[in-house]
This record gives sequence, structure tokens and C-alpha cells, in this order.
Amino acid sequence: MTALLHVDNISKRFGGFVALDGIDLEVEPGERLGLIGPNGSGKSTLVNCICGTLQNESGSVRFDGNVMDGLAAHERTHRGVARSFQLPRPFHSMTLADNLRIPLLYTVHARVGPLRSAGDLDARCHDLLEMVGLAKKAKRMPRDLTQVEMRKLELARAMAAEPKLLIADESMAGLSHSEIDDILTLLVRLSERGITIILIEHIMSAVMSFSQRLAVLVSGKKIADGKPEDVVRDPEVVRAYLGQ
Amino acid sequence: MKAMSTAKFSLTAVATGALVMAFAHWFHVDYLFFASYTILQFIVLATAWNILGGYCGYVNFGSAAFFALGAYSSVALIKFDAEIDAWFPEGAANVLHHIFPLPIPVLILFGALVSGVVGFGMGYLTLRLRGSFFAIATLAMAVVLQTLIVNWDFVGGSRGAYIIRPDNLEFAGIEINYIEYLFALMLLLAVIALATARVIERSQLGFGFATIRDDELAAEACGVPTLRLKLIATTLSGAFMGMAGAPFPYYIGYLQPASAFGLEYAVNSIAMPMIGGTTSWVGPLVGAILLGSAQQYATVTISSAVNLLIVGLMLVAFVIIAPNGLIGLVQERLRRKQS
Repeated sequence: MTALLHVDNISKRFGGFVALDGIDLEVEPGERLGLIGPNGSGKSTLVNCICGTLQNESGSVRFDGNVMDGLAAHERTHRGVARSFQLPRPFHSMTLADNLRIPLLYTVHARVGPLRSAGDLDARCHDLLEMVGLAKKAKRMPRDLTQVEMRKLELARAMAAEPKLLIADESMAGLSHSEIDDILTLLVRLSERGITIILIEHIMSAVMSFSQRLAVLVSGKKIADGKPEDVVRDPEVVRAYLGQ
Repeated sequence: MKAMSTAKFSLTAVATGALVMAFAHWFHVDYLFFASYTILQFIVLATAWNILGGYCGYVNFGSAAFFALGAYSSVALIKFDAEIDAWFPEGAANVLHHIFPLPIPVLILFGALVSGVVGFGMGYLTLRLRGSFFAIATLAMAVVLQTLIVNWDFVGGSRGAYIIRPDNLEFAGIEINYIEYLFALMLLLAVIALATARVIERSQLGFGFATIRDDELAAEACGVPTLRLKLIATTLSGAFMGMAGAPFPYYIGYLQPASAFGLEYAVNSIAMPMIGGTTSWVGPLVGAILLGSAQQYATVTISSAVNLLIVGLMLVAFVIIAPNGLIGLVQERLRRKQS
């Protein structure tokens, strides 16, 4: 089977600080991968290099058979990589429905041609809001939302681009147990639709229940990659991240 | 509220302008044309500034430079006309005399081209700058361009240039008062600028501009090509400012760098959208009419030096009372009434 995402020996440094040091990672189509590691281990930098927000200095990122090095972030979104941000970054001056309209207009539109009508666009926005349970707030502004609703909006906006790969960057941090379950259910539903998901998370119970495979980053290096139950027993992982 | 079609909107705008024109013509008040021309010119400038500053959130302090470039590209073409016989052999000169002097609408297009290209260049050079850094870069660009013009002898340098305006224009056998002609041109420009801003606002482009204003990183992640959109905005904005400047030498009669690069253009084109409201095409229109009329009134009744004082005071007042401009204030009231 050919992998959907091939991260091949990529490195990234900020001045003298090595943020990523020769990372290899492969993600199969439809897979649910958990990515964990202590703060500052390079998880977000890796996401940024995959999504094009940052450009890796060496190595290469291949997605769906195409090399993505040098492509701008929006071009990678067009090719099917979507992400949610660690701290939600909604478009503050737009209603929730308009927030979702952006990826529809700029990504789906660019990929499959014009969406048939204004009504078609509205219907899609509504479906997406329905999916995350925010349909009633379609006309509200992001500032009216609670934390968990903001995370849901973030995921809905990433999904609006109809991606093949969704990278959820700490979409549960700071939420309560029931809210975490909410988001998890949502992610599992997306995965059942055939979307490949990389989940970056500190909350181990969520990671363990969601992931089919687990990768661990420490100081810009991947120190483990495998079945979740094996990885969490790995002595090196326990020492570096989980604690005894 | 039902949305009006662009054609209908433009017709309404032209009709309104024609009414003002008929009114002024009826009373034979040349001053009314002079004053209205200035206000219309500011409508174009404010609308142009707002395409970049209001829609995309990039504050441009260099409006005067784009305006001046438009004006000086006209001067350059007028001076070129005067030098044809000295520069070209007889045959070529004869051909050129058929083309020159160029009519003002062509000068306007030329001004748009020059300022649009400079706008594109500015966008390209400053694409990594945001917020106050971008604003300072535009200010620096204005200073550099002014220095270039001051040292360019062909267009008069620091001495300035005289442009002799004919009293009348013959068009299809009808004699038109030249100031009325200039007014009509500026009216048309204002309609085109407003219609363009209005179309952008409701289009995919407008949504894209708003994402740049809100969050560029998130915009990219949603698939918005932010760099390309920024270049479109800087080019369009610059081109419209150039258009506003191109007929200016004919209006003023004597153009010097200090007046073309005047502080009032930079300040007004920021203050007018701010006072009217930056998120909609109505804002710059309302702001330009309000501030423009107040300035004209003050010039006639008190003194021309009071102009910028009025702008300053109004800007301070609005920042405190209505930070989102008049349009923002009205929208907020309506929203409160609804809920």
C-alpha cells in the first residue's frame, strides 16, 4: 500500500535551535495517527512544515504522490491537507457561516469548479455547521462562542476544504471531560468518512482511545512509532515524556 | 434590505451626480463645480485607500504619492507634447502632433497605469511587512518619490509646472465649460471607484480581502492565496489614486511637488474612510462628503489653514465616539434594535 503522506528526513532550525532533526513519518490513507511529545518537542513545527506555514530546510514532504516542497500553504490546502490551529483563529469580522464559506470559495471552488449557486453554498455551510452542532449559531459572530464551540468551528472550517488529510493540532486542550468526548466523537465520525487524521494531543486518554498508531517526538527527533499500547510501554518514551 | 444590481447602482449614482451638475449649471456657480470637484476627488481617494486599508487592513500612508504620480504623469505627457518638435524629425513629429495633446480621459488611464504599477511594486517589496511596519514603508516610499520628482527637471522640479487650461472644450459642436468638463470626469471616476468597491465587497475577492484583515495564517490554511490578493489590492488601490490625480494639473493650473504630495491627501484619504467606516463602500463616500464639505466650508468662511485642524479634531472625536465609523455606529444601533 502506498502512503498518503510521506515525510522524508525533514529538518528545520530556528537560528541555532534545531526544531526538527531528520524526521521520517508515513501515514496510510484512512489511518488515525496520534502524535505526542513534550512541549517544545517540535510537534507544531512538524505540522507547520507539512502544511507549508514553514518550509523545511532539508528532506521532503510528499502528499498523495506529489512533492510539496516549496509550495505555499494555500496550495497545499488545495491539494487536500487541512489543519486546525492550536489556538483557534476564526475570522473575527465574519459570521460562522461566512467563516466556512472561505474554504468553500477558495479551495473547493478552485478544485472542482464553481459551486452551482449561492443556495448550494449556503446549504454546504449549513451542513458543516450541523455536523459540529453549531447550525443554530450560523449568523452569530465568533466572539459569541464558548471555547469548545470555537474548537468545533475550527474543525468545521478545516473540513469545509474537503481534505484528504486533517491535522488536528491540540483541539482539545483546556476542555472538560464531556467536551473532550464531544470532539472525539466528531473526529471518529470524520475518520469513518474515510478522512485520514493526525491528532496532536497531550491528553493521553483521548489519544489512546482515538489512535490506531502513535508517534512520539522528543527534542525534534522521533523516538517511537507503532501500536499505541506498545509505544506507551517503551522505556524511552516513558522516561522522556510519560514519566514513571 | 434588497441588494441592488451593479448596473442599477451605477445609474443611480450617475443620476445623483447629474442632478448636482444640473443644479450648479442652472445657477451658473463655477465655485460649486470647483468645490464639488474636490469632494469627488476625495471620494475616489478615500475609496481607493479603503480597498487596501479597510478591506485588507493594510494602512497606507503614501496616498499622496500615488495621487501625485497620477498628476505628474499627466504633466510629463503635456511637457512631452511641447518638446515634440525639438526631439523628433519632421515626419515623426507630424504623426505625433496628430496624437498629442492627449485628451484627459487618456491621461487618466495613463495615470492609473503608472500608479498601478508603482502600487504593485510597493506590494511586492513590502509583502513581508505587516501593521505599523507596512505603514512606515509606505511613508518612506512617498518621501523617495517626492525627492525624485523634485529633482526631475523635465516636469518642473521644485519650481513646479504651469498648465494652461482652455476656457472651453468643443465636443461635437457643443461648447462645454472646462471646469464642468473636469467635474463630469471626476464624477464618472467616483462612480467607477464606488461601483468597483461595491462589487469587490460582495464577491469572492472581498471575502478573501477580509480574511487577510482578520488572520493571514488562517486565510492561507483555508486556501486563500494571500500574496496574490494583496498584490491585487495594492495595484487597484494605487491605480484609482493615480486616476484621481491625473486631471489635477488641469484643475489647479500650477502644480508643484509640495502641493501634489501634500499632507492633506495622505491624511484625508485615511481620515475619511475611518470617519465613515472602513468595512463598507458607503463609509468612504459618507466620510468624504462630510469631511470634504466641512473643509470647503471652513476654507471659505474661516481660513484654508483650518482644514487639517478640522480633520484632526474629527478624527480624534470619531476614534473615541465611533471607532468603527458612522456606518459601524448605525449598524450597531440596528443590531441592538433587532435583538
